[in-house]
Amino acid sequence: MFEVVAFYLFAFLTIAMFCIVVMTKNPLYALSSLAAGMIFISAFFFLLGAEFLGAVQIVVYTGAVMALYAFGMMFFDSINDIKESVANPRVTFMMSGIIALLVVAIFIAPIIGANATAHYPIGVSANYTGVVVGNVQDIGLVLFTKYLVPFEVAAVMLLVAMIGGIILAGKKMDISITQLSEQEIDNHKTDTEIAKDIK
Amino acid sequence: MSVTLNDYLILSTIIFMIGMYGALRRKNLLMLFFSTEIMLNAVNIGMAAISKFHGDLTGQMFAFFIIAIAASEVAIGLGLLVLWFKRNNNINLDSLQSMKG
Repeated sequence: MFEVVAFYLFAFLTIAMFCIVVMTKNPLYALSSLAAGMIFISAFFFLLGAEFLGAVQIVVYTGAVMALYAFGMMFFDSINDIKESVANPRVTFMMSGIIALLVVAIFIAPIIGANATAHYPIGVSANYTGVVVGNVQDIGLVLFTKYLVPFEVAAVMLLVAMIGGIILAGKKMDISITQLSEQEIDNHKTDTEIAKDIK
Repeated sequence: MSVTLNDYLILSTIIFMIGMYGALRRKNLLMLFFSTEIMLNAVNIGMAAISKFHGDLTGQMFAFFIIAIAASEVAIGLGLLVLWFKRNNNINLDSLQSMKG
């Protein structure tokens, strides 16, 4: 009973928050409600017995991703006057058809998957330690045996993304190009070129 | 009465549709990123639900890697967006059509 109430409560809250994200004109509201929606989604992970995933969801999304968006948003000052023009109606029809197909596939999927058996059943760590300890031990055991190579590839990918982000956004961080006039930007460019020539 | 796998998958579909609606409708590039995050999270809910109801940890593993991919996507995407904003002074999706004849 508790699970049902919690599921419907958090489902309602999540859907409401994400509707605000896609409907609102103000990007700050969108950012705040996206952060709230992420935290509500972690509630589903806790309900599903995936405690590790829920903790990662809170730490990574509301801790790292939202902070990054908030940081990025400081650059975009003229964010409010973007016109939301009406899209091509034919595209909308086509996409709704695709979504309808998707819904059908999702309803059929549990029937197809009814005979599937688990390769890595929940509680796998009990085979090794003899005591049922929980989700985090299970995750650790599977992650560092079967999924060790993807884990390391993901680590390298995050490193590459970090370097890419720094190189893309961090160029000439000391001057704010957006706040200079055209004349000043031209002057600055010539200054740096002169400095290069001297070197 | 209890929550079944179908309930979770329907919820996942609804959230995915909200995200897709946002990605189709919004012209603000930052909102496109937000919509992408919503869609990735919708998939994560589905993965975790299937993991629970089939008793298999693989779903949680995939959700874990999807979170890692989402994080690196944000880092690269925001870097590119900041660069685009510095160059063009707006983040309107229509301004990306530089090859328009």
